[in-house]
Amino acid sequence: MKILVLVKQVPDTSEVKFNENGVMIREGLQSILNMFDQFAVEEALRIREKYGGEVSVMTLAPEQAKSALQKCLALGADKAYHISDRAFGGSDTLATSYALSLAIKKVGDFDLIMAGNQATDGDTGHIGPQVAQFLGIPHVSYVEKIENVEGDKVLVKSLLEDGYRMIEVKLPALLACIPPPNFEYSNPSMMGIVKAKNKPYVWLKADDIDGDKSRFGLNGSPTRVMKMYPPPKRSRGEVFTGNYNEAVKKIIDVLKEKKVIS
Amino acid sequence: MIEDYKGILVIGEIYEGKIRPVTFQLITKARELADTLNTSLSTVLIGYNINDMAKEPIYYGADKVYVLDNKMFDPYIAEVYSAVLAKFIDQLKPEIVLIPATHTGREYGPRIAAALQTGMTADCTDLAIKNGRFIQIRPAYGGNIMGEIFTPNHRPQIATVRPNVFKARDPDTSRKGEIINSAPDLSGINIRTYIKDVVKTTVAGAKKIDEAKVIVSGGRGVGSKEGFELLKQLADLLGGAVGASRVAVDLGWMPKSAQVGQSGITVAPDLYIACGISGTIQHIVGMKDSKIIVAINKDPNAPIFNIADFGIVGDLNEVIPIFIDELKKVLNK
Ligand SMILES: Cc1cc2nc3c(=O)[nH]c(=O)nc-3n(C[C@H](O)[C@H](O)[C@H](O)COP(=O)(O)OP(=O)(O)OC[C@H]3O[C@@H](n4cnc5c(N)ncnc54)[C@H](O)[C@@H]3O)c2cc1C
Ligand SMILES: Nc1ncnc2c1ncn2[C@@H]1O[C@H](COP(=O)(O)O)[C@@H](O)[C@H]1O
Repeated sequence: MKILVLVKQVPDTSEVKFNENGVMIREGLQSILNMFDQFAVEEALRIREKYGGEVSVMTLAPEQAKSALQKCLALGADKAYHISDRAFGGSDTLATSYALSLAIKKVGDFDLIMAGNQATDGDTGHIGPQVAQFLGIPHVSYVEKIENVEGDKVLVKSLLEDGYRMIEVKLPALLACIPPPNFEYSNPSMMGIVKAKNKPYVWLKADDIDGDKSRFGLNGSPTRVMKMYPPPKRSRGEVFTGNYNEAVKKIIDVLKEKKVIS
Repeated sequence: MIEDYKGILVIGEIYEGKIRPVTFQLITKARELADTLNTSLSTVLIGYNINDMAKEPIYYGADKVYVLDNKMFDPYIAEVYSAVLAKFIDQLKPEIVLIPATHTGREYGPRIAAALQTGMTADCTDLAIKNGRFIQIRPAYGGNIMGEIFTPNHRPQIATVRPNVFKARDPDTSRKGEIINSAPDLSGINIRTYIKDVVKTTVAGAKKIDEAKVIVSGGRGVGSKEGFELLKQLADLLGGAVGASRVAVDLGWMPKSAQVGQSGITVAPDLYIACGISGTIQHIVGMKDSKIIVAINKDPNAPIFNIADFGIVGDLNEVIPIFIDELKKVLNK
């Protein structure tokens, strides 16, 4: 089983700070491996353990994302592909998934491709489905678990808003993964970190992946970001202490006035 | 030529034999956009045995309803829906396509944009026309930033739009429109995905949080699975649903389908009552667009109070019963 996991380094948005104008301070945010992707990597390693094979990881990002790939190697992945070139600057999801799909075609035949269901920075969830479309393979999103692998098929659990579906999908396929409740992330061991340094680490440039260069980077990106601004702030309302009856009555009055209850 | 693309198309989702409410919310908003752009509004319904629902989008503002009815479309499969819809859109040539940002919409939607090699914006929370341009507004960085996105030179412009950010109008059953039964183009469709089982984790008859106008939500402070009974009583009185923080789901007190937040469901009900929830950023991004937020928490420093319209510092086991009693009086129950 040859597995490829697509991973992304993201700013740690749980630690965000704001300036006095309520604008998010992006500098100094720690860069981490997207949590969804770490789950996908760990799930891939579990599959490798059970069915044998090889787990590669791939990112399209500037050089500093190396630490994210290195973490995947330290967790146990076998090989890393790092696609990095100025030509990819300003890529939106279409340009990113196009370039990733070219790189995937270039480096080899994978039976299974995994991705995070979404990255916690852009939060689009586009890359998995779009890479699958460009590769012409089926995909399933919101995958919480790979139940089993049988021949050229995998059985997966995919979440719906009000439940889940058990879906069998024929390989090669792409699975966009979401960690289940209570998932305990592993930390790389010392051994793992040492071993990672000697694992194959492949750099790819725009010239190394065959494709239409006009579809790379900003030029290949149909969407444009016009403006970024802080979300409308909710302010602290009235906080009652003691005398619950009075507080509750006051809240109910407002709910009536606003026609939430009638 | 981008001038060849005209009109707005809303993709209607059918779920458990009914048109999903988000469809009507998107049609209502799209009507407004279509009127501003002075263009037409169509809806496409895809499923099996769905002809009797075809009128409904018209009541909410659609001028035309295309029906793609085929046995192959039930159950829903991403590779089938994306292939059929991409071909349909390629023929219809709308300038704007709106897709519900449900789990399914966010699964098949991006494939359509890739197939048509056009731009797509995910999970929008607002849409606008500014200087004739279609502006897609969405949160990023865990809800810490809002971005305005547009697609200058590619058509169609595709967006998935979050449920409950727009209100559906009251249906007008006297509105007239055209229903068109389209023969879906099934050529070249290769099915490699098989649905083996569908399991509901919501309690039978319980309201779903993504469709509820009122949500009573509980966290670690609720203390136990049984503790949620009290929240359910309050939710029932208000005609609402019971939600949960991730901790309450992790502890097995509530199903995953009730989880509000970054890795759960984003909700925006008229009223959100947070009980025993501290209000971490991952929870807040999932509910901060609720119209009225009430928080009950025994810790006066809990961050949830910073975004609540009303807070009560106290033990939820004391406060909720009072809430229930007072509500019963007001509602004459
Ligand atoms: C990548 C990622 C994604 C996440 N996604 C989500 C998500 O989707 N949704 C989500 O909710 N969380 C999410 N989390 C988890 C989040 O960070 C918090 O751990 C979680 O929201 C806390 O839940 P809580 O408020 O119920 O528990 P706590 O933070 O433990 O708060 C419990 C609160 O209850 C109060 N309390 C206790 N007893 C009582 C009582 N008797 N009466 C009144 N008040 C009482 C306490 O004062 C406290 O404030 C995510 C975390 C990560 C890292
Ligand atoms: N630049 C990238 N390189 C590799 N994988 C990526 C990249 N961007 C996104 N992905 C993958 O696609 C998933 C969804 O990301 P997104 O569509 O950005 O929300 C991520 O969890 C990653 O698995």
